[in-house]
Amino acid sequence: METISKAIKRFDFDDKVEGKAEYCADLHPEGMLYARTVRSEVPRAKIRAIRLPELPEGYTIVDHRDIPGKNVVPIVYEDQPFLAGDEVNYIGQPILLVVGADKEVILDIIGKIEVDYELLPPILSIEAATDAKAPFIFGDAPYFVAYSYAKGNPGKAIAQAVRVVEDEFRTGYQEHVYLEPQAMLGVYDGECVSAYGSMQCPYYIHSGLKQALGWGEERVRVVQLPTGGGFGGKEEYPSIPGVHAALAAIKTGKPVQLLFDRPEDIRASTKRHPSIIRLKSYLDVEDRIIAREIDVNLDAGAYAGLSSVVLQRSIFSVCGVYDIPNLKVTGKAYATNNIVTGAFRGFGGPQAFFAIEMHMAHIATELGVDPLEWRRSYFLKKGDTSSTGGVFHSDIKLAEIASAVERLSDYQKKHSAFDSEKGFWKGVGCSFFFHGCGFTGAGEAELLKSRVKLKKYADGTVGIFVSSTEIGQGALTTLRKIVAQTLAIPIGQVKQTYPDTAECPDSGPTVASRTVMIVGRLLQECAEEMKKRWTEDTFELTKDYVNPKHLYWDSEKLSGNAYPEYSWGANVVEVAVDPVTYEVETKGVWAVYDIGKPIDEKIVQGQIEGGIMQGLGYAAMERLQSAGGKLLQDSLAEYLIPAAVDFPRIMVELIENPYAGGPFGAKGLGELPMVGAAPAFAAAVEQAIGKKIDGIPVTPEYIRELMT
Amino acid sequence: MTEVISFKLNGQEVLLKTDPARRVLDIIREDFDCTGPKEGCGEGECGACAVLLDGCLVNSCLLTAAMVAGKNIWTIEGYRETERFRLLKAKLEEHGSVQCGFCTPGIIMAAEALLSKNPHPTEAEVREGLSGNLCRCTGYTMIVDAVLAASREALDSR
Repeated sequence: METISKAIKRFDFDDKVEGKAEYCADLHPEGMLYARTVRSEVPRAKIRAIRLPELPEGYTIVDHRDIPGKNVVPIVYEDQPFLAGDEVNYIGQPILLVVGADKEVILDIIGKIEVDYELLPPILSIEAATDAKAPFIFGDAPYFVAYSYAKGNPGKAIAQAVRVVEDEFRTGYQEHVYLEPQAMLGVYDGECVSAYGSMQCPYYIHSGLKQALGWGEERVRVVQLPTGGGFGGKEEYPSIPGVHAALAAIKTGKPVQLLFDRPEDIRASTKRHPSIIRLKSYLDVEDRIIAREIDVNLDAGAYAGLSSVVLQRSIFSVCGVYDIPNLKVTGKAYATNNIVTGAFRGFGGPQAFFAIEMHMAHIATELGVDPLEWRRSYFLKKGDTSSTGGVFHSDIKLAEIASAVERLSDYQKKHSAFDSEKGFWKGVGCSFFFHGCGFTGAGEAELLKSRVKLKKYADGTVGIFVSSTEIGQGALTTLRKIVAQTLAIPIGQVKQTYPDTAECPDSGPTVASRTVMIVGRLLQECAEEMKKRWTEDTFELTKDYVNPKHLYWDSEKLSGNAYPEYSWGANVVEVAVDPVTYEVETKGVWAVYDIGKPIDEKIVQGQIEGGIMQGLGYAAMERLQSAGGKLLQDSLAEYLIPAAVDFPRIMVELIENPYAGGPFGAKGLGELPMVGAAPAFAAAVEQAIGKKIDGIPVTPEYIRELMT
Repeated sequence: MTEVISFKLNGQEVLLKTDPARRVLDIIREDFDCTGPKEGCGEGECGACAVLLDGCLVNSCLLTAAMVAGKNIWTIEGYRETERFRLLKAKLEEHGSVQCGFCTPGIIMAAEALLSKNPHPTEAEVREGLSGNLCRCTGYTMIVDAVLAASREALDSR
């Protein structure tokens, strides 16, 4: 039997390469209608009235009055309506749908709809939210949630400090730019409604349908179609268009397709949270860091969405890969009348690691030490406790990772050479980071309680039934590999299709780098049991997630093991900056990761190279600004993502460190490569230009500002 | 206003009565069921709708019906029947170049447009040739390597 890591042909390969994979927009069931959304054009207002034109025959309006159940998206805090009632809180908020057979006629109707707003003063930034007075957007405070935790005795350590290094960093929005915009198809058969479409989390939409309709689960069904990328942008957001398409199908009795065009997608869907992160490090007489105070502030937009969990991951990541004995960490997710921010690969981690790694670079510069070698003496190791006091039970191979990335990139030699060649506009930067695999805190054990199902058929084939989606990351291949290898049967005997809630139990969402590690492990356990009963003809097995006994979490005190396990990594980026145009040429990118054990080397390589590229885009070019609550770059001509010519080949090495709780030793991978690229890039530019960088993206315009 | 427009689609003469300002992307997807070309941006930035027009790579979302009268269009639906496609497909498989797949048909047309004019491109030329096609999943290098590998196997006849 081949090793689990050896690459195999992806099961979705032929259809995708031959152009035969049918994404949502490729489907045209008999009698299908189109829907388009009328959205708020103002950031905060009461809706006084909506004036509709006379509708041509066959055209229908769907608004909040068509929601028979509860008009609230079911998520952490229940504050966001599926369709606005008497108020709107951000530009792009859905108000109503126009449904009919001809797209041109729909646009014509939309052009004649007048919404009469009574404008209210909007809150449009973290700073404005900090000073905001009632009436608040949410509850009785200017933020959705505020957290704090401490480790050791920061007060005492701070009193002993002789040197303080202080930084404030800002990061902006990032847009996912999955190549396929949001897409849903609603179908109603007179009794049951189904939402087919582009998604990461069928059961989120399933909950949304049950709540909006007030129907039992026997009357709602969600089916994933081939999905053109997600990156978090199809985690919680598709619950909204999914419910919209279903409402329209129920009202018209016909299949209804709801496709976003690109500008609408950028204006309406969630984004990565903008952040302001302040860090203070306290050093003793020997220049050892003895304490830190860190304050994380996120712009959550108009509705809470997943922001509380994003903030948690942010504050649990922001202490970095270092063992600092005394910590005080605070965080707030502010309510603003900006677009709703939400899940995006890394989920609060990229902002946090940008801040802590740039802060470490700044301290190293101030101390005049080699930034990479100096970091080593602070690296976390097995047996240490995390910032939240959870014991690291597994080997932490940061020292090996550091040596490998140093060997690959020749970092030290370059760093000292570029330092002595000031004025040559060259720089090299490094970053060290982790990503907690699986849901934060007690999420896996208490919220998700994932279930998987495996069926054996009389002909010796085996069916996988999970809600994990294939969004390009290879879930239709890696999960089959785990089952086939465990059962020691040819992989062709293992069947798996895109998930359908009518057949697949809720294995949790396809997020948080959890599919292989958590869902894959449960499938492996099922397969081990199936192997023992292999002589039986037809039977099925289910397994539910059970929290490993060594994990502990107190969600009130934010204390214990914030994640079931961690993946680790380091990046080095080398740049040259043009002294006239300030354009940055990336000369090299090196990356070393500990992801446990790779399940399929090619799929892993694809996740790594794609993730780093998304991180480099975030670092260097992806600028998305909001003015008056309106996004200024709402097309791919204005919001630039990396193309094939923008960055060079990436050199990658894996440090094997099998995790006993993961299938074949695998840990989480999907988000980790996104997390560390930005600080390595920005630190490299910082060395090249000799000026402190305190934000991303590091565009030529930003460098010009720093230089003049 | 409609006009009768004829062009060749994947080697077959086609004739239709349509608005001459209608987008070719919509015509080939809706009227001829060629759904390989995808709409990713609708403004010629992403390349997901790329087709070959008389052998040149163009974004079909920017073409109107009037612009293709008498011309020769190839989409993935026709190109996938060729030997050149089979070689490229084998290399894309070997190099793990496909993830979500939404950009893939456009990328394949871009690779064909490049290799048909420059059978042995350098890596820089391949990157340039693919620079009009956005991919958010792969980071590009695994696609670039597949195109280079295909070129090494002497792609020289359709």
